[in-house]
Parts: sequence; structure tokens; C-alpha cells
Amino acid sequence: MQTDILSFIDPYTLQILVNIGIGIVLALGLNIITGVTGQLSLGHAAFMSIGAFTGAILTMKTGVPFYLTIILSGLFTAFVAALIGWPILRLTGDYLAICTLGFAEIVKVVFLNLEITNRALGLTVPAPDTSMSMPVIVFIVAVLAIIASALLYNSRFGRALKAIRDDEIAAESMGINIARYKVQSFAVSAFLAGIGGCLYAHFLGYINPSDFGFLKSIDMLSMVVLGGLGSIPGTVFGASILSAAPEFLRFMSQYRMLVYGALLVFLMVFRPNGLLGGVNFTDLVLRKLGVKPHGASHKREER
Amino acid sequence: MFLQQLINGIALGSTYALIALGYTMVYGIIALINFAHGEIFMAGAFVGLLMVGYFKMNLFLAMLCSMLFCMVMGVVIEFLAYRPLRKSSRLSALISAIGVSIFLSSLAMMIFGANAKGFPDTAFQSRQIHIGSGDISTLQILIIGVSALLMLALEFIVQKTKIGKAMRATSEDYSTASLMGINVNFVISFTFALGSALAAAGGVLVGVLFNSVSFNMGLMAGLKAFAAAVLGGIGSIPGAMLGGLFLGVAEVTGVAVGYSSYRDAIAFAILVLVLLVRPTGLLGSKIQKKV
Repeated sequence: MQTDILSFIDPYTLQILVNIGIGIVLALGLNIITGVTGQLSLGHAAFMSIGAFTGAILTMKTGVPFYLTIILSGLFTAFVAALIGWPILRLTGDYLAICTLGFAEIVKVVFLNLEITNRALGLTVPAPDTSMSMPVIVFIVAVLAIIASALLYNSRFGRALKAIRDDEIAAESMGINIARYKVQSFAVSAFLAGIGGCLYAHFLGYINPSDFGFLKSIDMLSMVVLGGLGSIPGTVFGASILSAAPEFLRFMSQYRMLVYGALLVFLMVFRPNGLLGGVNFTDLVLRKLGVKPHGASHKREER
Repeated sequence: MFLQQLINGIALGSTYALIALGYTMVYGIIALINFAHGEIFMAGAFVGLLMVGYFKMNLFLAMLCSMLFCMVMGVVIEFLAYRPLRKSSRLSALISAIGVSIFLSSLAMMIFGANAKGFPDTAFQSRQIHIGSGDISTLQILIIGVSALLMLALEFIVQKTKIGKAMRATSEDYSTASLMGINVNFVISFTFALGSALAAAGGVLVGVLFNSVSFNMGLMAGLKAFAAAVLGGIGSIPGAMLGGLFLGVAEVTGVAVGYSSYRDAIAFAILVLVLLVRPTGLLGSKIQKKV
């Protein structure tokens, strides 16, 4: 069945599209803690790594169905995040950022030394046994992640997180339990990162702890900030551009990373709030439909 | 045995401290984690290598050239990539810094190739000297001596000169300092120049110590130095020195005890543990929450 849907897309384009899909899941995950809750994480690759290895080990060692594997690796990652988040989320600002960075380095080095992750050799992940092909699953998960993010963004939980981002003290005095919400947001964020990691592992077929280093975390952060911090369309857009960019820049071969780095600087200098930052899409759509948006403009003060 | 590890640790730690100082000074003034700092360190090592290997310079002269080169580089980077972003969100500046870092390391890879390069043997003839139960090489003495000298010079500039006073004022309160007639832009450029020069010296020293210079040496060294800066309390100059030495000794001891495969995790594990007990680092000032 799936071959019918995807047969008219050539494999190369399909691969780029799958990378975009995985990028969207990862970036939306990071967006929850960094964009919505305002806590900078420089170590999200660690959660991706935990999800990837959990998924890979579940597929290799047990007969758990693949859909359950995806969810289980997300849940396990969220559990680890909650465990880690409880002590470190008391830190603020850049101290938290460096702590997450440190945690990611520790996870990487530990995985490089563990028997079950096959040390520095990495794991070769067998293709999952499913009725749908990998790309279709990735698309479905990406769409689900977008919907879930949008629902979360406008829920009571999401509003509490935004309140924490805008002013912690004000939020606390309104009765928001900051510590609890931060840990929950960290866990939800890690859940998506874990799922993204699991998909990544099964799509690529090979994972190595060194793949999930500092640069991977930075990749994810660039997607979120480039698109527009805290904005879901922005994050999706940023993830799409940056996941595809290495492929589109491939014709420059060795200049690729050079251009990528310069591009990041240029985009930030000319669009400091991200490509779609500060654009309110709900208002935009309402205006197009001729409805006057309520609540005037939602300009958020950047710190 | 212990003394030996202490000596090795201090030699390694003083290079971390040299890099950490650049992070902490920049952070103290514009609250930016300058991720390109590790790449400046790498560039410093390459310039030093070029001077010694190609122009057959004396090591000290090479270090001086590399410091001058990196000073200019630091100022240019600040002008192009950070100054336009000074009024926007801190995360944008952070991403810009990361962009600069990726740009510089890939530029270095294009120019110098992907393989690590070593200093020629003639660069520095190291001998071993016995003191008590430990050995110290003349190279280690050189590293510790140069680092100490540079840190003293920095301390003198920051505490005793007019520009140092301006730096301290700017880091205390950016806008008040500019109201008092301090040319804040110049102070920031000067801070970048100073930090970059220290990183360049660190780069040359590390290049000679490990006899290896490569395009990606900036990443891990930069991260560890950043960890050292935070460990000491970011924004605090003595804190960066203390943090660097502490991490250097801890890392060397950890490796000696038998955790060599965990080498890169040791620094970060210590960092996380210390921050949990002292959330603003060893010498960091308490953050006052204002309502």
C-alpha cells in the first residue's frame, strides 16, 4: 500500500523529507522547554540519544511492536528527564544551560563505555517490522507532534509555562508551582526528543553515541531560534530549512559547513527574532477572513 | 604519585584557565556565552604553529604574533557578528556565536586539512627535572609560568589601569557606565581583544603540550573552559582561574585513578555536582531577585 503512495517520490527527496520530519519532532520538543518555558537547554541531543538507544535495544532484544517501541522510548526518555530535571531545573539561565550541556556530554561518554550500547562501535538497528513504511510513520508522528504542540500551547499547562517564561516571580505569585511545571515541561520536551531519536535510529539503521554530541544539540537549538522562538509555525519552518539545508548546500561540497555557519550569523543579524518570530498566525488568518482579532497585538518582550 | 598528578593537573588546568578567562570576561560585560572563543583558541594554535614551523620563529615570538592576530580576530568577530545583535534577544546572539564557531572551524579545516599537525621538535626542547617524588618537565614550567604571568598582567590591567576600571564599571552596570561617559563599545572591543589574546596564548601552549593542532581542537577545549568559568562563578576573573586549575587537576587525577575512558565526562560531572550545591559557582556572587 505504502509503495503506491510514495512510489512517485524519488528516494533522495524522500530521504530529505524524512529528515525534515524527524527535525520537526525534535525541534518541537526543544521548543517546549526553551521556546515556551524559556529554559535554555544545550543538551537535548542527550535525550535524542537516550530515545535512539532505547528504541534500538527494544527492537533488537525484544519483540515489542514498533509502535509501542516508539512510545516506550519516548516515555523512558521523559522519565530520565524528570529524574535529571528535578535537581538541575532549580538553576537559572546560563547555569542551567551549562548543566544540560554537561549532562549531554556525560550521557555521551557513558554510552561510549557501556556494553549494551556496543561502546564506540555503535549499534546497527534492524529495519522495524511494520505494515507502514518508515517515511509514512515519520510523517504521521511529525503531524501528531505539531497537533500536540498546538494543543499544549493553548492549554492551561501551556499558559502556565508561558507565564513562567515571561516572569517567574509573577507566575509564582499567581499560584503556579514553578518547580513542578518546569520538570513536567522538561519531561514532555524530552518525550518528543526521545521519539525523534527512536525514529532517527530506525530510519538511519545505525547509531553511534558520538553522533549525539554538542553539535547535534546546537542543530536543534538553531532550528528553534532560526524559525522564531516559541512559535510553532516558526519552529516547523526552521526545522524544515535547517534539515534540508545540508542537502541543498551539497553542491558546494567542502564549503558547505562554511556557508552554513555564515548563514546562521547573517540570518540572526538581519532577523534577530527568527524568520517567523513575532508573527501571530492566528491573527493573520483571522484578518484574512475579515474577523477583527481579539486581544490586540501580542508583542512579547524579548529578554 | 600525588605530587606528580598535581603538577600535570596544574599545567593542564592553567591552559583551561587561560581560555576560561575570555569566556568569563565577555560574559561579565555583555552576558553572552561566546561560543566562538574555542575557535579563537584553535586559531591561536594554528598561527603559532605557522610562525614556528614556516617562519622559523622562536616560540615566544610566535606566541606574541598569535596573540596579536587573535586580538584582531576577536575584535572583528565582535564587530560583525555580535554588535548588531546587542539589543536583541540573548539567544539570537548565542546562535550567531555558534554560527561563527562553525564557520571558523570549517575554514580551518579547509586551509589546514582535516589531520592533526604537530609542532616541530625544535620548537621547545623539554627536559625532566626531579623534585621530591615527582618529575616536572621544563615544558610544564613554561606553561605554568607563562599562564601565571599572563594572569598577573590581566589582573593588573583590570585592577590598576583606567581601561580596567572602565571594564569593571561596564560589567557592573552597562547603561550607567555609558551615562558616566565610558565608551562602552570600545570597552567591549577591548575585552574581546584581551580575552582572545589569552586564548591564543593558551592555544600555542596546548599545541606544544600535546604536540597536536587540529581544526576541531577548539570544541572540547572551549566547552571545558566554559565549564571551568561557570564552575568558578561566571563573570568572576579569580573564579575562572580557580575553576580552570580545579578542573585540570580533577581531570588528570581521574585519568590516573583509571577512568581514562571517562576523561571528557569528569569535568562536566564535577561541574554539575558543584552547581547543585552552589548554584552560582565557587566564587560567583549571589543572584538577587528583583520584583
